[in-house]
Amino acid sequence: MAKKEYAFYPGCSSQLKASASNYLVSVNAMCKTLDVKLTTIPDWNCCGASISYAGAGELPRHVLNARNFALSEQHLPGQDIVATCAACWLGARETKEKLDASSQLLADTNEALKAAGLHYEGKAEIRHMVAVLIEDFGYAELGKPVVKPLEGLKFAGYVGCQTNRPFGIAGESFENPMYLDKLVETVGAEALTQYDQKVTCCGGALAFSETEKAMKQIKDIVESAYDHGADMIVTPCPLCQANVEVYQSEINKTHSTKFAMPVTYYSQLMTVAYGGTPKEAGLDGHIIKPTKLQEIAVKVVPKR
Amino acid sequence: MGDMNIQAIEQYRSDFLKEVEERVEEGHWVKMCMQCGVCSGSCPFGPHWAHPPQEIFMMIRAGKREEVLSSDSMWMCTSCYNCVVRCPRQLPITQIMHGLATYAHRLGLAPRNQPTRDFSILFWENCTKTGRVNELKLTLGVYFREGLMAGIKKAWNMRNIGFGLLLTKRLNPFELFKGHACKDQKGIHAMLKKAQEIEARRHKLPA
Repeated sequence: MAKKEYAFYPGCSSQLKASASNYLVSVNAMCKTLDVKLTTIPDWNCCGASISYAGAGELPRHVLNARNFALSEQHLPGQDIVATCAACWLGARETKEKLDASSQLLADTNEALKAAGLHYEGKAEIRHMVAVLIEDFGYAELGKPVVKPLEGLKFAGYVGCQTNRPFGIAGESFENPMYLDKLVETVGAEALTQYDQKVTCCGGALAFSETEKAMKQIKDIVESAYDHGADMIVTPCPLCQANVEVYQSEINKTHSTKFAMPVTYYSQLMTVAYGGTPKEAGLDGHIIKPTKLQEIAVKVVPKR
Repeated sequence: MGDMNIQAIEQYRSDFLKEVEERVEEGHWVKMCMQCGVCSGSCPFGPHWAHPPQEIFMMIRAGKREEVLSSDSMWMCTSCYNCVVRCPRQLPITQIMHGLATYAHRLGLAPRNQPTRDFSILFWENCTKTGRVNELKLTLGVYFREGLMAGIKKAWNMRNIGFGLLLTKRLNPFELFKGHACKDQKGIHAMLKKAQEIEARRHKLPA
């Protein structure tokens, strides 16, 4: 398999001891197997996420993202920028499209970037890791390194919002994207394709500010996973993961439910299926332990 | 802030639509809304909006300046983009709602103590200070925004989540003293200051 190289934009939540640090651990293991080289953009900054708008306004938000593009063009010329966080990807991609469409906005952005000694050429492409997997590898190729098919495990594929809308993965529908189910099947598990909360919003950043309202969303998302017989939820978004996992205990308190539904990342499924250890798959980073995935991960790798 | 509001009222008189078109992000799209209501029906927090997006668009055209800008509504947007992908006229509704909320905040008309407004400002200040989010300070900032006692109570209520994240190495107590940071913070601050100046110029905001 040819080695592929990308400029990597990990984002704040993926950093050491941050809320999605185990996502990055599993992405690194997955990429090692796939022979993907991710080079972190030197001194990358926060994208501002979708919630910072009231403080940011329009241009400062685009300038924040453009700084990362400029650094990537300077230090990693010719490489596509890959983000693993849904919000990082969305924010960066939005900026990229805006700057491509308006020479005025591009000129304003570069005027501001000059104050940091930088210049954005407009060359770098912004992609989500999932798009890289599907477009640069494809399901068949991703299935080849599988040494431990996740047989018998049932996954509710929770795509959420920001890897799906407004840009989404090429060729997928907004209402019923299939890529996550296909990734689940690629690693030998069962995808619950009838899971009806697939693209429901978890409340996003408003889980902080409007917790009650967000918890209602999360309750629907988890309840439906149980109704469809899921062992686990799987998602491509770090905020979806955190919200849907950590608020289950609070929902249990208020609704007398007994939710304990593990919420995993696609990259963890792939790492385990590729023969990675629980540590390599970041399985130690869950409040609700994905026990059944752990059981497969500790099994001795069968000879191929 | 009050001065900025008075200046805007004098400049635009009763033409609120023109004010939105010139000063609000993506505001020029507002006249394109055909009042189908798909946005309002698609919103996950729809029931919590005093005026859902469809209504906001009509209110802007009807010149209901005060009602729109002081509304709690736009602050209900979760940035899920469901309305955007479903809008038959492809209005960037999420950005318009963010833009309206931002404008209301700048004029000093946004509701006081609106939790999402507070969080939005907190997030921006948090992430631009060092160039990267300090998750611990961000969370504590949310909990303690209504004072010490309220903060302690909220933190106590959320203790299980906090300990859970701590035990799984997804929360770092030492971030209180030193968190992740960019090296060129000076450059970041300079470029953002410049960007704010340019934006004020472009949106015809008084300096």
